[in-house]
Amino acid sequence: MSKKQNDGLSRRQFLRGSALTAAGTTILNSGLLAHAESPTSNAVGPGPVPITLRINGKDHDLSVEPRTTLADALRDTLHLTGTKVVCDRGACSACTVWIDGIPVNSCLTFVLDVGQREVTTIEGLGTPDHMHPVQAAFVEYDAAQCGYCTPGMVMSTAALLKSNPNPTLEDVQHAVSGNLCRCGTYPKVFAAALAAARKGA
Amino acid sequence: MPPANQQQQKKKQQIKEEPRAVTEKTQDQAAREKPGTRKESVYFGIPGTEPLTRIERTVPADEPPALPPNDQLKYIGNRVPRQDGRFKTTGAAKYPSDTHLPNMLYGKFLSSTVPHARVSSVDTSSAERHPGVKAVHVIENDLLSAQVLDKTKEVQSKYPVIRYSGQPIAAVAATSPQAAQEAVSLIKVQYEELPFVLGADEARRPDAPKVFPAPAAQAETAGGGGGSEKVPQSGNVRGPERKDAGDVAKGFAASDAMVEGEFRTQVQTHSALEPHGVVADWKPDMLTVSASTQSTMSVRDELATIFKLPKSKVRVLTEYMGGGFGAKFGAGNVGVVAVHLSKKAGAPVKLFSDRKEEHWTGGNRPDSQQHVKIGATRDGKLQAIQFTSYGTAGVGTGAGTAGPAHAMYKCDNLKTEEYDVFTNASPGTAFRAPGHPPGCFALEQAMDQLAEKLGMDPLVIRDLNDESPARREERRIGAEKFGWKQKFRRPNSDPGPIKRGVGVAQSVWYRIVNMDSGVEVRINRDGSVEALSAVQDIGGGIKTVIAQVVAEELGIQPRDVQVTIGDTVSPPGPPSGGSMTTTSITPAVRNAAYKAKQQLLAHVKAPLRGADPVSLSLKQLAARLPIEMVSATAQRSPEYGKREGMFLGGVQFVEVRVDTETGIVKVEHVVAVHDCGRPMNMLQLESQVNGGVLQGISYALYENRRLDRNTGIMVNPNLEQYKILGAKETPTIEVHIIEHYLARSSTDAGGIGEPATIPTAAAIANAFYNATGVRVRELPITPARVLAALGNLRQGATA
Repeated sequence: MSKKQNDGLSRRQFLRGSALTAAGTTILNSGLLAHAESPTSNAVGPGPVPITLRINGKDHDLSVEPRTTLADALRDTLHLTGTKVVCDRGACSACTVWIDGIPVNSCLTFVLDVGQREVTTIEGLGTPDHMHPVQAAFVEYDAAQCGYCTPGMVMSTAALLKSNPNPTLEDVQHAVSGNLCRCGTYPKVFAAALAAARKGA
Repeated sequence: MPPANQQQQKKKQQIKEEPRAVTEKTQDQAAREKPGTRKESVYFGIPGTEPLTRIERTVPADEPPALPPNDQLKYIGNRVPRQDGRFKTTGAAKYPSDTHLPNMLYGKFLSSTVPHARVSSVDTSSAERHPGVKAVHVIENDLLSAQVLDKTKEVQSKYPVIRYSGQPIAAVAATSPQAAQEAVSLIKVQYEELPFVLGADEARRPDAPKVFPAPAAQAETAGGGGGSEKVPQSGNVRGPERKDAGDVAKGFAASDAMVEGEFRTQVQTHSALEPHGVVADWKPDMLTVSASTQSTMSVRDELATIFKLPKSKVRVLTEYMGGGFGAKFGAGNVGVVAVHLSKKAGAPVKLFSDRKEEHWTGGNRPDSQQHVKIGATRDGKLQAIQFTSYGTAGVGTGAGTAGPAHAMYKCDNLKTEEYDVFTNASPGTAFRAPGHPPGCFALEQAMDQLAEKLGMDPLVIRDLNDESPARREERRIGAEKFGWKQKFRRPNSDPGPIKRGVGVAQSVWYRIVNMDSGVEVRINRDGSVEALSAVQDIGGGIKTVIAQVVAEELGIQPRDVQVTIGDTVSPPGPPSGGSMTTTSITPAVRNAAYKAKQQLLAHVKAPLRGADPVSLSLKQLAARLPIEMVSATAQRSPEYGKREGMFLGGVQFVEVRVDTETGIVKVEHVVAVHDCGRPMNMLQLESQVNGGVLQGISYALYENRRLDRNTGIMVNPNLEQYKILGAKETPTIEVHIIEHYLARSSTDAGGIGEPATIPTAAAIANAFYNATGVRVRELPITPARVLAALGNLRQGATA
C-alpha cells in the first residue's frame, strides 16, 4: 500500500492543494493533481530565473524572480490582464486559471511551480468574437455587472461543466462558492451556468 | 385587512387625490409665453393601476415629441443584453488596474501605524537610494479627512496631523511593485503620539480625547456623505442637523399607541473588487489619468484644481471600472499622489491600493446609534415621529440616518436630530444610499412594532401612512407574488428549533438630476452611428442604455450604435452614483440623437423610415449626406414640471429561517418590487436589484469592520475575516419593476441602485421577529447575537 493511500492526503499534496479554488476542490478527488510532480527541487534565485510557461497552447519564455506568483506573471509580465487579482490571498477566486484543466488560485501559485503544465486563462477559453458557451451564456443572462469577478466566475463555471455536464443548482453554487462578487450577480451566474449546461457547454 | 372593494376604492381615491397633474398644469400655463418652449402632452401614471393619462408640460422647443410607453417601443424597456458583455466575460475588457504603459512605474503608500500623532520627521533618504526608486513624495494634505475650518486653530505641525491608523504619509514610485514595497519600508517616520479615541460612545464623553482641536467639516461628494459647514460642534460631537415640523409633543399626546426603541448598526466597508487607483501619466502637454472612478469629471476637476492646470490639459479615462458603491468620487489621495510621483519621475505611475489598504482607508458606511419614537392613533394614522441618530464616520462626516424618517411616511409632527461623532478612524464616504439602510433598519422595525400594537397587518399600516401610489402598487404586487397572506403568521409560530418567518420593509430615495450630463451623437456617411460621453459605467450598464436610446430614436439596432464612454475629451457626463446616472443622461442622449437626425434630414431632404413606411433607412439617408458626418451635442435640460421632492423606492419581502440552536440566520427567499420612472433595460435593472438585495443581506448578517482597540488598526482587512455574502448565502430573488411614468424628461427614466439596497436589512429584522418573537436591534445579526437574544427570551424577557 502506498503512502498516499495510507494517509489519504500527503502534506505535499495538501500544500499543493491549498491553491485550489472551491471549483478545484470538486476535482481534487479525481487524483489529477497526484500526477503533477513539483519541479522546484533545485534552489534558484533570488534574482530573475529564465522559464518557459505554456499558456493557452503557446510557449512563452520569460525571466521572473522566484517570488513571482503566476497571477503577477500573467498580468505584469505577459499582460494577460483578464485574470484579476483582488484579495491576493486565495479568498476570492478572482484570479482563477486552470493548470492542466484544474482551477487554481493563480495568486497562491508560484510561477516556478507551474513547470511544464498547461495553463489556461480566461483569454484562452474564448474571445469576444468566438466566445466559449459559458461566456455566451453569461452575456445572455447578464451574469456580469462591473465585470471584475467575471473572468474568475467563468473559469470556475466552465471547469464545473467540464467535469459535470449536468450540474444541479447546488453543484453550481458549490463550484462558484469561492468566487466573490460584490455587485451581487450570483443569481444570474447560476442561471447562466445551468443554461450553458442545458446547451451542452 | 379591509375588504377588497374597499381597498380598490381607496386606491382610486389616492390617485385622484394626487395633486401633481393639476398644480403643474397651472404652473405650465404661467410659462406659456416662454420663448424657446412648446407644449407637449407627456405620459403619466402607473400602467395596471389606472389607464395611463397624459399631462401637458412646457418643454424646450428643440426636444423630441413625448416618448410613448414602453409597450410601444422596440428597445427601451426591453431585455437588451449588455453591449460590453463579451469583453467582460472574455477578459478583454481593460480596467484601469489592467493598464500597462511603456516605462510605467509602480507606486506604493507608506501608511501610519498609529491613530493620532504629530509627525516630527519623515526621513526618505534611504528610500531614495534604493536602486529601483524613481520618485518619492511626502503627502502634504490628507484629502479625505474633514478639515479644521479655522486653520489657525489646527495643531501646529510640519506634516499633516495623523488622525487615523492607515493614514497615508508618503509614497514611492519604483520599477517594480516589489521594489516599491521594499523602498517604502525604508522610510523612517517619527511620531509624537497623541491620545486617541476609537468608539463613538467613548468619543461622545466630555473628557474624551479631541480628534480635532476645533470644528471641522468634510466636503460632500456626488454620491452623498460629507455635509454642511454650518453645523455646531462640541468636542467630538458635531450636530445636530435638525428637521422640525409640527409639534411632536402634541402628536404623541394624540397617539393611542407608541413605540420607542434604540437601534445600532455597524461600520461596513465598500469592498469593491477593483481597489481605488490610477495610472497617472504627466506629460508637458497633457496629464492623462486612467482612473477606477465613479466620476471621470470629478477626478479631472480635482486634479486640474490641485495641479493648477486648465481642465483642457487633464484627460481622465475610465472605460471600465471594477465597482465603487459610493467610495470612488474625486481623485483622492491615490490620484493626487500618483500624479505627483509621475511628475517627479517623468514616467507613468500605477498606484492602486492593496486589499488591506482598500478595506482600511478606502471608505466605509458609518455606524449608527439611533433612537426612534413613533406614535399613531387607533386607526393606524401616524401622529408623530421623533428620531435621533449618532454615528461615526471616523475623521469624516455624513453619518446621519434620518433620511427615511423624513421621506417615507406622511406625518405632520416630525422632529429629527442627526449627530456626527468624530473618532480616530479612517473617514467614511458615501456608500450606496448614505444613511438610508441604517435609518430604514430603525424606522421600519418601529413601524412593524406599531402595527403589532394596533393589531394591524404591516402592509395595512403602510397603506394608511404612505401617500406614494408607486409604493402602494409595489406592496400589492409584492404581497401577491410572495404569498404574504398565507405566509404572515403570528410571531414564533414554529414549535421546533428551526423557525421560519417573513418580513417586509420599504425604501425611498431621491430622484436626483445632474445637469452636467451631455452626449454627442454622430451619424457618419456610411450610416454608422456613434455616441460619446465622459460618463463611466460602474456596472449598471449605462453604455447599453445609451445604445438603446439612440437606436430607438434613429430606428436602428442597439448593437449598431458605437458607444464610447469614460473619456473626459467627450461631453461631460454625470457621476455613477446616487441613482442619478440614467435619470440624468438618457434625456440628453435622446435629445442629441433627435437633433442629429433632424440635421441629417435637413441635409438630404427626405423622411426617415418609421413615421412613413415608404421612406428610407438611416443608412440609405446617410449615404446621401453631402458632408462626412452630422453631429449633435445635447446637455441635460431641466426637469419638466416644477414639483420638488420626487422619490424613487421599492418594497421588499423576505423569508428567513432561524436555527435557534446554532443562531444561524438564513435568508431563503426575497421578492423585491421597485420603481425607477420609466424602466430602460429590464435585464440590467434585475441585476442591480439582485445586487442591492444581496448587499443588504450581507450588511444585515455578516459584515463588520473591526479595529484593534490599542492601535486603531483594522484587524479584518481581507475577504475571509471581513465576511461578505457569497454564492451559498444567495437566496432565490424575484424582481419586479413597475413602470412609473412621471412626465419629467424626454425619456422619463430614473435610477435604482440605492433604493434596491435600502430596505433589505430592515425586512430581514422584521422577518427575524416574525420567526422568533424577538427583536434584534443591532447589526450584523450574527449567531452570537441571535443566541444572546433568544437566551433573553428563554429567561422570560419580551421584545
